[in-house]
Amino acid sequence: MEAFTVHTGRAVPLRRSNVDTDQIIPAVWLKQVSRTGFEKGLFSAWREDPEFVLNRPEYAGASILVAGPDFGTGSSREHAVWALQQYGFRAVISARFGDIFRNNATKMGLLPIELPEDYIEGLQDKIEANPAKEFTIDLPARELRCDEGGVRSFEIDDYTRWRLTEGLDDIGLTLRHADDITVFEKSRQPWLPVTA
Amino acid sequence: MGRTLADKVYDAHVVRSAEGEPDVLYIDLHLVHEVTSPQAFDGLRMAGRKIRRPDLTIATEDHNVPTTDILAPIADPVSRTQVETLRKNCAEFGVRLHPMGDAGQGIVHVIGPQLGLTQPGMTVVCGDSHTSTHGAFGALAFGIGTSEVEHVLATQTLSQKKPKMMAVTVNGELPYGVTAKDLILAIIARIGTGGGQGHIIEYRGEAIRALSMEGRMTVCNMSIEAGARAGMIAPDETTFAYLEGRPHAPAGAEWEAAKEYWRSLRSDDDAVFDREVVIDASTLTPFVTWGTNPGQGAPLSANVPDPAEFEDPTRRSAAERALQYMGLTAGTPLRDIAVDTVFVGSCTNGRIEDLRAAAAVVKGRKVADGVRMLVVPGSMKVKAQAQEEGLDAVFTEAGAEWREAGCSMCLGMNPDQLKPGERSASTSNRNFEGRQGKGGRTHLVSPAVAAATAVTGHLAAPADL
Repeated sequence: MEAFTVHTGRAVPLRRSNVDTDQIIPAVWLKQVSRTGFEKGLFSAWREDPEFVLNRPEYAGASILVAGPDFGTGSSREHAVWALQQYGFRAVISARFGDIFRNNATKMGLLPIELPEDYIEGLQDKIEANPAKEFTIDLPARELRCDEGGVRSFEIDDYTRWRLTEGLDDIGLTLRHADDITVFEKSRQPWLPVTA
Repeated sequence: MGRTLADKVYDAHVVRSAEGEPDVLYIDLHLVHEVTSPQAFDGLRMAGRKIRRPDLTIATEDHNVPTTDILAPIADPVSRTQVETLRKNCAEFGVRLHPMGDAGQGIVHVIGPQLGLTQPGMTVVCGDSHTSTHGAFGALAFGIGTSEVEHVLATQTLSQKKPKMMAVTVNGELPYGVTAKDLILAIIARIGTGGGQGHIIEYRGEAIRALSMEGRMTVCNMSIEAGARAGMIAPDETTFAYLEGRPHAPAGAEWEAAKEYWRSLRSDDDAVFDREVVIDASTLTPFVTWGTNPGQGAPLSANVPDPAEFEDPTRRSAAERALQYMGLTAGTPLRDIAVDTVFVGSCTNGRIEDLRAAAAVVKGRKVADGVRMLVVPGSMKVKAQAQEEGLDAVFTEAGAEWREAGCSMCLGMNPDQLKPGERSASTSNRNFEGRQGKGGRTHLVSPAVAAATAVTGHLAAPADL
């Protein structure tokens, strides 16, 4: 996983609620068996509209997506996270995230930041007023900073923050407890099914 | 303090718990399909890891598979590669696979219960958000992403934080003609697509107890559409009767021991939920969606809502956008909405009872001119049983297409898709923009409403016929 510590970049406002993972990456893109090339599928239906925010030149190269509430609902497809990352996003800000999307994002090092809806609307206004505005996300300090001096703190649990800042892979962490898993397996109920 | 059903199942699977760290949660059953697994198998290979418990893992081909000519190679080369990749991975890592054409093949959430692999008190995961379906048995079942699929393959556990608990109590009796699908659509409209976020929903109350196992699966299936990762229903005699005698269900003395344990799997009377919602079943009527998320629904007897009536600006703009995408005008009676496609199937409503309900409506009638009706059984077993009961003939005589098993038009990864501008009444679970094909418009409905809609050509309930 890609580590996330401090990131500075421009932001793009996506003024839509309930951006489900089918919109982030439509199903037709899920047939690939590799982990790369998903940036082409990011919002592919919406990107056909020349007015769609990601098509506007002033937002080219932005790395922070500032979206409406309930971002990443629906399908469990981790391809949504891969598509956002491969397109160049390092963080998504929303008032609420789909649980599976948020989980997938933190496994991959895409930072989901939850902030209140009215704050996000204010942020979107500011970005639209000046798309060149830069923001700094300081994960160790749990802060979102604006180039003109505004600071907003956000919440993230200590463990996830540590894992993200170190770029640690969950499997390696869990395998440190392989002996506990072996012990647990001996206590499983005898009737539990096997597929073999 | 008392514990909830979900607390009990969760607690019984904690391998390791430490302050400030997520729990290590043991997984009893891992379901695998072709779409969300290839990168996970690659990850194992790159790290030189094996599957810890292939004997707790089972795979099927469902999302991509065509529903016609299944013995021929898949025409779409990209889909074919993905399915072939699953076959190679299962052979290499020793995973039982039900491939296309196999009598055990079907949608992953249909075959688990069908085989008796889904049992009360288990933890079940799959790289698919509708894994919540299995919660109907009192299992803790939820969808995961590909990184977590790899994690489960490698460790048979997940790194988890216990979710919050939500109770949805449905009192009273569902009126005649009102089904599990109507109920869950009404619940989602009530609590919203984010209402269950961070929670496990336990469905309880008289109306839930009265549902068959298949109805309970329909309800739990769509928990994710209310934002909850998992939905659960406490096991009872209905659950036991469904399970008894299935290929992987316990037998003999173990059956008795299992039942004794399963009976303890209910929320204690003094259990505390973080959130509670109460619904009166007797007030419900057939329910359909009008918008582009599953929370945008209304009784069939209602009109397309006027976005101006939504007080919340976010909901208002979402409704405006939805009506524009759906090509609908505020104030139009929902019953006046004409469709060109009807889809009966999916992990939500592709089981035998769903097919029976749809067949009962179309029997002796004809699908309306200009409407195509696709009936896609959830599994090859469901298909075989339907054929034994003569349901295939009922559908084909009415003018519907009788297909092979798979996810099909629920998500349009195979050739079963809507064309731009086409409109469907669909028994599936998502009405997202483009879900059933780019530019397609979806109304989520029950199997009975789907069938009545096919006959009339516009959204309708059987009572309208």
